[in-house]
Amino acid sequence: MSTRLIRAVCALAVAVALALVPAGAPVDAQGKGTIKIATQSPLSGGQAALGEGIKLGAQLAVEKFKGPLEKMGFRVELVPYDDQAKPDVGVANARNIIADKEILGVIGHLNSGVAIPSSEVYKEVNLAMISPANTNPLVTDRGYKNVFRVCGRDDVQGVVGSEFAHGTLKVKSVYIIHDKTTYGQGVAEFFKADAEKKGIKILGFEGTEEKSNFDPIITPIRARNPDLIYFGGIYEQAGPFFKQAREKGVKARFMGPDGLDSSDLVKIAGKAVVGMYYTTVAGPVTVYPEAKQFAEEFKKKFGKNPEPFAAQAYDATVILLKAIEAAAKGGKMPTRDAVTAAIRDVKYKGITGTVEFDDKGDPKRALYFVMQVVSDDPEKWGENKEVKRLTIAAPPLKK
Amino acid sequence: MDTELLLAIFPQVLLDGLVLGFMYALIALGYTMVYGVLEFINFAHSEIFVAGAFVGVEILLGLQRAGLLDGLPWPLLLALVLLAGMTVSALLAVTVERVAYRPLRGAPRLIPLISAIGVSFFLQDLIRLIESLWRNAFNLVYPTIEALNLRFELTATLDISVRALVVIGAALAMLGVLHTLVHRTRVGTAIRAVAEDQAAASLMGIDVNRIIALTFLIGGAMGGAAGVLFGVQYGLINPYTGFVPGLKAFTAAVLGGIGNIPGAMLGGLVLGLLEAFAASYLSLLTGGAFGAEYKDIFAFTMLIVILIFRPRGLLGEVVRERA
Repeated sequence: MSTRLIRAVCALAVAVALALVPAGAPVDAQGKGTIKIATQSPLSGGQAALGEGIKLGAQLAVEKFKGPLEKMGFRVELVPYDDQAKPDVGVANARNIIADKEILGVIGHLNSGVAIPSSEVYKEVNLAMISPANTNPLVTDRGYKNVFRVCGRDDVQGVVGSEFAHGTLKVKSVYIIHDKTTYGQGVAEFFKADAEKKGIKILGFEGTEEKSNFDPIITPIRARNPDLIYFGGIYEQAGPFFKQAREKGVKARFMGPDGLDSSDLVKIAGKAVVGMYYTTVAGPVTVYPEAKQFAEEFKKKFGKNPEPFAAQAYDATVILLKAIEAAAKGGKMPTRDAVTAAIRDVKYKGITGTVEFDDKGDPKRALYFVMQVVSDDPEKWGENKEVKRLTIAAPPLKK
Repeated sequence: MDTELLLAIFPQVLLDGLVLGFMYALIALGYTMVYGVLEFINFAHSEIFVAGAFVGVEILLGLQRAGLLDGLPWPLLLALVLLAGMTVSALLAVTVERVAYRPLRGAPRLIPLISAIGVSFFLQDLIRLIESLWRNAFNLVYPTIEALNLRFELTATLDISVRALVVIGAALAMLGVLHTLVHRTRVGTAIRAVAEDQAAASLMGIDVNRIIALTFLIGGAMGGAAGVLFGVQYGLINPYTGFVPGLKAFTAAVLGGIGNIPGAMLGGLVLGLLEAFAASYLSLLTGGAFGAEYKDIFAFTMLIVILIFRPRGLLGEVVRERA
């Protein structure tokens, strides 16, 4: 190609690009601009079932509660981002999110290991993040003003698990497996520390990133014959593990944290996990009386039952919208700082309980459940039996 | 340290390692076949392997929906699924060769290698796209065939499942067939001739392009069979499942001496055993300081050590200088 032709092509490209860019003038003259709410959760990959639920929960909330803001003259939009449950992708998305000045808050993430580095980016511009699902203590213990969550914490959840194992199941020995993520290893360590304190014998504490072949991990477990196996991790890895363990003749009871709380667990593991226990900070919508209508609307609109954390995402989004409303009093486009400050003052009775934040951004009191899997039919995941429910205050920051 | 426990689990770990090793060996055969003829590493082989696994699960799910899964005897079922997986993977491998490798045959060595990596990414996402449109699913679960889950208790601490026996049997059978094909038939002679010198082979009236396509066909079929068996053995697959086993199988092929068919089998077994022993024993032997998560590091460290002393692999021959 001759240099002249290249120049001509470049000039044309620039001209086209300029023509496509709005010339800076307000496009909708009577509107006061667009307010965007971002969601970040895994929308593709093995954890998409839960991530999609978070996005849809937020979408439903935006559609139902955008009225007041629209009356003030704003357009309200939801912009979903796919963090693929990977820290690097979450951070890259976060860079794009803070660059978009119209985004006033983020609902997300699913994985603590993604939320923690991503929120470092949000913090640069004091952009609010309300998490529906991140349970690792470090999410809020860093004391960032812009980070909130509507769910409980792993330092409590792990203890709830070990208390149940000790007090109710009366287990004497446990073998602990975790997935080496911030979340999975974190909750497994809290479980282990408290179980040790209670005198439960820890027969093994093993981390693995393996996804298909668990034979070499199961063989030593079977030989040691523990009363309980605790899996700190997420269902897509725990499912094959539990299935292979049962098939190999391991008789121990199974237990795990809220990462196992998805209908995909029984889809993968089938009969092997029926009867197992898991602790969670987000019970199925059936345990919340106020969430009945939400579940019906969700099913009607999206044609499937809400996965765990969808209701939490709904509540988190409503809180964010209320804060934006409060910050937009007087009809001016609110700043990110104003929105972040306003969230702290919101006291909101949502479908999953009343949420009020302490100064770290934790809910002052959070619900914890112990659940039991009742059926190997994924459709019946929502009917899992609630064995225990506890309301526990967020622990204060340890100095 | 609990010596009794260490000894008690030894036979089971050995067996687990063998099954894993035969699985690697099955995949490694595909790498080694192609390398033997073209001196080219077909990095898309891991996706050809996964394609077989997906064909297998689709057929089983289809049969399950039709209510035929429990009606058919399991050897017939398995044969059917294996055949389908092998056919699709073989055709896919030939297509990939025709589209992405043959046009680059004369190019410098790195060019087809890069093309192979590109094909690998392309196929991963193609499978993901098809599955999300068709089933809106990422992870697919192999339906349970009860007969394959039966376990034979050999001793109190050792048992083996039917499906593990199937993996071992299939791997040995394929090695046998392949070895006979390459060393005892006219086609095999042609394959070896092309491997030795393409120009000379073509002067002797051998259609080089056909022989190369045939090599991909055979390698692809092996990959497809491995994919189906992987799914049956471990249960859960997704479009990216192939990457890690593919990488390890490639390593196994190098370890055994790439281009050498019994070498691929031996390399697979060595790698599988190393991995199984590392995963089961590391935390017991080190009191928890090193756990199962170090199995790959351990296995690959051993691999480096082996390759330092035998750079051409365990069964690799010293190749003559080419003119």
